[in-house]
Amino acid sequence: MAAFSLKINGTQHEINVDPTTPMLWVLRDHLHMVGTKYGCGIAQCGACTIHLGDNAVRSCQLPVSSVGDQEITTIEGLSENGDHPVQKAWLEVDVPQCGYCQAGQIMTASALLKKNPNPSDTEIENAMNGNICRCGTYTRIRKAIKMAANTNQNS
Amino acid sequence: MTHIKTKLGRRAFIKNTSLAGGGLVLGFSWLNSCKPKGADAVAMELEMPKEWYEINGYLKIGDNGVVTIMSPNPEIGQNVRTSMPMIVADELEVDWKNVVVEQAPLNTNLYSWQVAGGSRSISSSWQNLRMAGATARQMLKNAAAQAWQVPAGEITAIAGVLSHEASGNFAGYGEMASAAASLEVPEEIELKEIADFSIIGTSRKNVDGKKIVTGQPLFGLDVQREGMLIASLVHPPAFGMKLKSFDAESAKQMPGIHDIFSIKLYDEDYKKNTFHFTAFNELIAVVGESTWQVFQAKKALNIEWENASDITETVTMFGNDMEVNFPAGMEDSETHTTKLKELVTSKGKVTRKDGDPETAFKNAAKIIERSYSCPFLAHNTMEPMNFFAHVTEDHAELLGPTQTPEWMEPAVSEVLGLPLESIDIQMTRQGGGFGRRLYGHFMVETALISKKMKAPVKLVYSREDDMTQGIYRPAYYATYRAALDADNKLIAFHVKGGGIPESPVFANRFPAGAIDNYLAEDFTLNSNITTGAFRAPRSNFIAGAEQSFLDELAEEMGKDPIDFRLELLKRAQENPVGEKESNDYDAARYAGVLELVKEKANWGQSEAGVHRGVSAYFCHDSYVAQVLDMVLENNKPVVQKVTAAIDCGIVVNPDAASNLSEGGAIDGIGHAMYSGLTFKDGAPEQNNFDRYRLIRHSEAPKSIETHFVKNDIDPTGMGEPPFPPVMGALANALYKATGRRHYHQPFITDKPPLVG
Repeated sequence: MAAFSLKINGTQHEINVDPTTPMLWVLRDHLHMVGTKYGCGIAQCGACTIHLGDNAVRSCQLPVSSVGDQEITTIEGLSENGDHPVQKAWLEVDVPQCGYCQAGQIMTASALLKKNPNPSDTEIENAMNGNICRCGTYTRIRKAIKMAANTNQNS
Repeated sequence: MTHIKTKLGRRAFIKNTSLAGGGLVLGFSWLNSCKPKGADAVAMELEMPKEWYEINGYLKIGDNGVVTIMSPNPEIGQNVRTSMPMIVADELEVDWKNVVVEQAPLNTNLYSWQVAGGSRSISSSWQNLRMAGATARQMLKNAAAQAWQVPAGEITAIAGVLSHEASGNFAGYGEMASAAASLEVPEEIELKEIADFSIIGTSRKNVDGKKIVTGQPLFGLDVQREGMLIASLVHPPAFGMKLKSFDAESAKQMPGIHDIFSIKLYDEDYKKNTFHFTAFNELIAVVGESTWQVFQAKKALNIEWENASDITETVTMFGNDMEVNFPAGMEDSETHTTKLKELVTSKGKVTRKDGDPETAFKNAAKIIERSYSCPFLAHNTMEPMNFFAHVTEDHAELLGPTQTPEWMEPAVSEVLGLPLESIDIQMTRQGGGFGRRLYGHFMVETALISKKMKAPVKLVYSREDDMTQGIYRPAYYATYRAALDADNKLIAFHVKGGGIPESPVFANRFPAGAIDNYLAEDFTLNSNITTGAFRAPRSNFIAGAEQSFLDELAEEMGKDPIDFRLELLKRAQENPVGEKESNDYDAARYAGVLELVKEKANWGQSEAGVHRGVSAYFCHDSYVAQVLDMVLENNKPVVQKVTAAIDCGIVVNPDAASNLSEGGAIDGIGHAMYSGLTFKDGAPEQNNFDRYRLIRHSEAPKSIETHFVKNDIDPTGMGEPPFPPVMGALANALYKATGRRHYHQPFITDKPPLVG
């Protein structure tokens, strides 16, 4: 057990856990922020995607001890009122079926758009390929990302 | 207006719960116990009433006119939590903006068929949901009639407002809700005309959308409770093995671990129901404070496994007992294939025979024979199996993702030794189902662990647990034969199919009824690998095989593949072979989707370099035809577009139904092309998404277009039907693109075929 001070969604959190604990379980079990999902535990499905600084990372492979003072953003903190352009586009296109993977999809998509505000289809596919949607909402996800990109361009 | 009775004999379809003495209608909201900041953001957009009045088990009306509608069925991504309340709201005549949706708990007194299975949520509750809304509308009118002393028949109800034109009286639903709730349920009520629907048939967004995109707690794995422990299970590493002994001393010393023990799910003489199906009776439970600690402790156990013996169990399915045999031994996929190939050439069980197929084949000028196969599949719901239970001496509370709460309740009751009325089951939103959560052994497991720990417990399967302890889609094998005469006319058709452990053949489906000489045969191969329903059971293989074979047959006969199918359907419609009722499908509706897809996809006018495949199939009372456009990019097949035509009767929520059509197409392409679970020495060779391949973004079609046949037929299945046929369209487009027929799924690993 070791003490960690983590900055998550702009708030400092103090926790005492095994240093090998992945951020995924720190968020879910210790901080009760359950928007970040468990899907595979081996960085193959993307359900647990969060932002470490500006980068989309798989929190199931991110030991709490490696975070340091880097800022973490989770789906709960992506926007104040669920009004990030990507979240709005997701609602407008009505992307989800079961909805389980969508937080991870949104976190990957929002990191992509931050770095590349106007991605091509291929760039979208490359960025999103690590996020599995078992229900098969891929075409809607692509549509929503393009919609969010256009919103960004026009604002 | 259609008049219908709200009672059949002594059975009342709609109950006034406030008169009945307050049966449990409104389960507490489990979210209240773990509500992070901002969880109410959605609800806050609608002002909540001070008082709620329960009109019946499906709805309550607030004093300000806000209406809560209960969604009775499990939500697994098929969007019933939006579409079922839409049906109630339409008949109630309320503005959808004023509706709040709540998940109903399991309540067999108030609701029927609280199951997510067979694509039947909407069709089986269609009448009840309409009746619930219409009854409440009538009771509100009756309350207003009493208050205003005017005939109820003169009162109109529109968008939550009651009005009486002659007297000039009007009132919102909220004002009459209290009085309406105290009235008797009318014995006869009027349903709206289909033409008057104002919510049904219009696209409404997912009621949980905002919560999903903001990461609010919704799913089983999200459940948190005061004092809750986390549990996880260890199961034998291979089918055909069982627990011999284990040493947990060092694992018990690990941080956060509370206890480690074995659980036995049932005694040898216990008669399981089909949905309490599981491969392993004895499992090791590790219980601790956090998921990570529990997962780590599982790895520290010293366990000895041993070979299981041959077991025969009596299983009951809807009241019928059947013997199920689990042979001893560790099986592997290579042996499975060898045995299936032997069986397909041995004597099968005839399930339908028309005319004289033997003679027709003997006299044929040409016989075309092709064989098809597919591997086991794991359901791989993105949310692994899990459940929450809090079992005390006299009560059991269960909460989580299950497709069959109604059918698992008796199993939980029996295993815990508690009466049914002491078991409360509630459902969370579910991170996918696809049939996997029909088999609720995890509910029994959680309940037993909670009972032993005397604490609230959440059971969590790791992905590896989930994939290697599945109730898999069976592996199937089928051989099709067609006899052509000297004029290249089709004179006989033969399908022989089998699988581990069931046959995929539907003897009375198309093309049965369209060919004079027809033979269907089954064979089965027993196994100790647990299998069960997977989205569109059996159809999920046989549709692709049959539709590939018909494509090859059309080519052999020099016919356009759509025209060829339409010719067969015309025969089945005008002059069906066999008794008309022996054919499962409606040939006119079948032809209807083919005609529609032909028109919408501009069949026959494809662009250069675009390779097209077509397919059409009937299952779950619905009809789906798909045209798949493929291009080759750097010699790699890329699905450019899928055009779908669907006849599922009245479409409740068109955009959500289109979403299911898109998902079905992607799911079908994905599984046929990439996925498979293989076995070696009884153990699955894939246990996570590094080796088990699921379709990804870059492999999905670039666009999918869905067209619905417009008619007034009561709704039929929508969740499953778009899934099976696309596998045929894919295979047929692959042939056009590559010049090679693909017979064995997953196509990505299919070697050059033995025939063809």
